[in-house]
Amino acid sequence: MNPHTLQRFLLYTADNAENSQQAVANLTALCRKYLPGRHQIEIVDVFKDPKRALADHIFMTPITIRLAPAPVRRIVGTLSDTEKVVAALGLDLLPA
Amino acid sequence: MKMKKTFERDLMKARTGIEGFDEITGGGLPRGRTTLLSGGPGSGKTIFALQFLVQGARDYKEPGIFVAFEETSERLAANALPFGWNIAELRRKNSLSFIDAQPTPDLIQSGTFDLSGMLAALGAQIKEMGAARIVFDALDIVVALLPDAASKTREIYRLHDWLLANQLTGLITAKTGMEEGASSNSPQIGFMQFMVDCAVVLNHRVEFGVSQRNLRVQKFRGSSFDENESPFVIGRSGFDVAISRMLGRVDTKVTNERVTSGVKRLDTMLGGGYYRGASVLITGVPGTAKTTLSGAFAEAACQRGERTMFVGFDSDGSEVIRNLSSVGIRLDRFVKSGVLRMISARTITGSAETLLVRIKALAKEHRARCLVIDPVSTLSKAGNELTAHGVAERLIDWTKAAGVTLVCTSLLDEMNGQTEGGTPLQISTLADTWIHLNYLVQAGERNRGISIIKSRGMSHSNQVRELILSDSGVTLSDIYTAGGEVLMGTMRWERESAERVAGEVAKVAAELKRVSLDAEEAVLEVRAKSLQTELIAKKVEKSLLVRTTQSRQGELSRGRIRMRELRGADAGNRRQK
Repeated sequence: MNPHTLQRFLLYTADNAENSQQAVANLTALCRKYLPGRHQIEIVDVFKDPKRALADHIFMTPITIRLAPAPVRRIVGTLSDTEKVVAALGLDLLPA
Repeated sequence: MKMKKTFERDLMKARTGIEGFDEITGGGLPRGRTTLLSGGPGSGKTIFALQFLVQGARDYKEPGIFVAFEETSERLAANALPFGWNIAELRRKNSLSFIDAQPTPDLIQSGTFDLSGMLAALGAQIKEMGAARIVFDALDIVVALLPDAASKTREIYRLHDWLLANQLTGLITAKTGMEEGASSNSPQIGFMQFMVDCAVVLNHRVEFGVSQRNLRVQKFRGSSFDENESPFVIGRSGFDVAISRMLGRVDTKVTNERVTSGVKRLDTMLGGGYYRGASVLITGVPGTAKTTLSGAFAEAACQRGERTMFVGFDSDGSEVIRNLSSVGIRLDRFVKSGVLRMISARTITGSAETLLVRIKALAKEHRARCLVIDPVSTLSKAGNELTAHGVAERLIDWTKAAGVTLVCTSLLDEMNGQTEGGTPLQISTLADTWIHLNYLVQAGERNRGISIIKSRGMSHSNQVRELILSDSGVTLSDIYTAGGEVLMGTMRWERESAERVAGEVAKVAAELKRVSLDAEEAVLEVRAKSLQTELIAKKVEKSLLVRTTQSRQGELSRGRIRMRELRGADAGNRRQK
């Protein structure tokens, strides 16, 4: 994986639900730490854009989708288990 | 009263349109409430759920949403294709929509999550479609994803509350273990059974090697329902649940129209044939020509151009056709023209209920007006003894309601001594006309006798007749009864011909006697004539004698007078002695 590739994330939240807010905070923190300047986060509120959520087969919130680089990864939950998330996204293999 | 009842029903229940199920539940699933449909793998949950939505959208103008946690919408639509539900059309009209919500296999979990996002998205979809029905298929998959018992319970509550708040008629399906009430069920599914207003369990068992599917309504808050297991099959148009006739169902229309039995003299015995829509039972030990008699009926029906179905359990359709052609019953032409459908039911394995439902489905498909089941006693075999009577009842109920004339044969077991006593299915009490065939063994021969044991609503002959099969067809013959003896077959023929000979002999003898009497008469007449002549001669002789005597006396007295004159006697008046 090219360490300089831009990483694009899509995070579906459910309004101001507690776990959704936690996910936003955790994702932002992770990106700042592992992908400074190389990330892009789009947050979609299911309540505001339900069509998009349905099209994306979203049935649980919060859910984080890493769209790029491939492969697409889906992580459901608050992302509180940092180690697991880092491993799943391969962030630990990147030079800091 | 009636109006009110209909109103209530419509208000409280959402019809599923599934054959039999709406009757069991008195109108369908609880409207605006949640129903849990549970069952083992392959028990038919998804098909039931999909049919509920399809028919709701199509027939009751209630759009629905199918949330698919397990199978993709493409696969669901493909699987439903054989049922002819035209899902594509319903989707186009936006009265049915699928939400693909299958968890991807590489889904990673980290921290807590919930269903609120999905429900919010669904809420938008419901508004847009004006959906009234929703299915969550295989909710157990989502429940399994949730990390702990507390969150599982919480999400189930969330879903249930959401359904109620949206006033949707909800159907949640969930897998259970193979057996009902098995311990492998997740506690959350068990918990759901308490929470929902209606719970339906689908079962798929194998008994004596026979697959038995059945459905049971476990609970239905605020409604009465049939609590028994009801067998069902998944047929060509979806679910078909077997139910017995409910009280208050409208009586079927009866008719005085007669249909021929295919045997002319039997029609005469019955006073014109079977009634249209009647159920006819033909019983007899093996080989008494039960199939032949039912074949004659089928042929006659086909000749009238009535669509007919012949269900044979004993032999293949082609064998039946060949065998019947040997007695002049030619069915092959009707099979070719499509009027007659031969079903070899040996290949249909399953419970009595399954067979009945299958037969019903096939008959409906064929639009049969006449139906032959040969023999119906098969239904009571293979561990079906307990259900067989109910099946027979339903069979007759259904044919009557559909106006189908039913002829079924039933084997009577000689060994069990059931002859004329009753059939294992007790169908004999239900049948309108009961024809019994038996053998009379005499002088080294078996001959077939036919008699009508009962025939409701028509005068019928009390006579036993002999049933004769020949290559030109089936005929009945009077049996020979004389001196308290019943003779059939060769003995009847012998006795009849002996009588004919005896008659001839008697006739000749009588002729002889007449001739000899004629001769005697002639002789006597001749004698009478000669006597007559003799008599005349005698008479002549006699009158001659009288005359001569008189003349002589005259002569004498004249002589005396002359003598007296000559003597000069004076004794004037004295008589001469």
